Amino acid sequence: MLNPPAEIWDLHTHLSGVAGRTPDERMAKLLEFADRMGVDKLVVFMGLEFAYEPTPEKFRLENDEVLQALSHYHNRAVGFVYLNPKFPQESLDEFDRCVVNGPMVGIKLWVAEHCNATSLDPIIARAAEHKAPIFQHTWIKITGNLPGESTPMELAELAVRHPEAILICGHTGGDWEQGIRAIRPHKNVYADLAGGDPTSGFTEMAVRELGAERVLFGSDAGGRSFASQLAKVYSARISDDDKRLILGGNLKRLLTPILEAKGVKP
Amino acid sequence: MSAPITDVHVTLSRWPFRRLPLDETPALVEALQSRGIAQAWAGSFDALLHKDIASVNARLSDECAKHGSGVLLPFGAVNPKLPDWEEDLRRCAETFGMRGIRLHPNYHGYTLNEPVFAQLLQRATDHKLIVQITTAMEDERMMHPLMQVKPVDVNPLVDLLPAIPGARIVLLNALRTVPAQILPKIIGAGEVYAEIASLEGVGGIANILQRMPVERLLFGSHAPLFYLDSALLKCNESSVTAEQRRAIQHENAARLLGSS
Repeated sequence: MLNPPAEIWDLHTHLSGVAGRTPDERMAKLLEFADRMGVDKLVVFMGLEFAYEPTPEKFRLENDEVLQALSHYHNRAVGFVYLNPKFPQESLDEFDRCVVNGPMVGIKLWVAEHCNATSLDPIIARAAEHKAPIFQHTWIKITGNLPGESTPMELAELAVRHPEAILICGHTGGDWEQGIRAIRPHKNVYADLAGGDPTSGFTEMAVRELGAERVLFGSDAGGRSFASQLAKVYSARISDDDKRLILGGNLKRLLTPILEAKGVKP
Repeated sequence: MSAPITDVHVTLSRWPFRRLPLDETPALVEALQSRGIAQAWAGSFDALLHKDIASVNARLSDECAKHGSGVLLPFGAVNPKLPDWEEDLRRCAETFGMRGIRLHPNYHGYTLNEPVFAQLLQRATDHKLIVQITTAMEDERMMHPLMQVKPVDVNPLVDLLPAIPGARIVLLNALRTVPAQILPKIIGAGEVYAEIASLEGVGGIANILQRMPVERLLFGSHAPLFYLDSALLKCNESSVTAEQRRAIQHENAARLLGSS
């Protein structure tokens, strides 16, 4: 869709929604689709079955599944460690296991705890110390959020407390017209395009209000298709240079320090 | 040269809640043509909320004629909750020579259980019109707080369609709103088609073909509310045969239109 083709790094993929009995089988299948769509590198987080409020045992299991899935594909995929801030010490220990002493390069937080809670502070500080981005799922649902589900406005509060951290606003709140506005003042917060319908205007507004450097392509595959999410970039009325930043350049730039610290060439 | 594509799901005029990058007809037509889409079945966003449906349909017909470049086929709206809706239907068929109509039961306030829907479907079939039913326009979770609209329940079609022989239904955005396990029953209830605009998940087309025959699957983009490349790229993501691809992108729609 771009000539020459863009290097594509997908910020947001899962082992769910893909056929296969094991993490290895699912990873192979996910990459089969990624190859078909020209996606070069995947960020993978969470295991074969999701849990809203994972116990430490559960999030360790899910991270082990991701580590197993990555084990044959370090040239194609990296992992973010899944944590639950309701277990602060266990989360810090798991960060050390998977990121400081393991191959993972970021954090995934889902719906266990609102992200403006102070229980996140030590986790975010540790991530910032290691230059690990934090991906926080957010949504603004007119039908009602889940009990622990964060909004972009809550992420903005966290950003004020942690200006040194790299924060990614998962789904940009779903209701992206509000989500973009909520994170706009906070330069350390990035917009994730993944996981909602391919509603036109999303990418154009994100680039207009945040600058292309703060917009990241993600798919939320396998629950979403690579196709519908890539279309958010390919169809957008923005420059090809901006498309290249969004499709891969920005994420590569954000992950380069932690990858290089691990001795990995991005 | 690639085979022509028929997009059974585009919409003209203004989405009520935001301006869209391709909501000027010439820009939409240019985008369609640049991607090899030779024909697109077009409804109007105005049909969602306007009560003067007759003028909505007249504008739609005029816009397709003036700016459609031979690509756009108008599909007018009929709201059976309005007085004398039968005249709107007659004009669609006889005055404007439309090949089909597009219904919005959830925005117009009726269910497919109601007798008036059966009457409308019967009359449209008498006029040999294709009937598109839009099951949803957008994700329920992000709707305007003052405009929350539930998806259309299409289950009543199972009992209704055997009583209306010759009815031809195209469900729009149904592959997200109709649960996968009941889809075969809906598709099998009569001559019912679905399009791919809201189909999701990796390899979505290959997955859905395990639940419905390829002869009933159509290419639909939901442009300009959805980015146009979404539906096009879905055809690349799944491993389907060249024959299946041609059927979905063109032949099924051509056959359906040819029989109207």
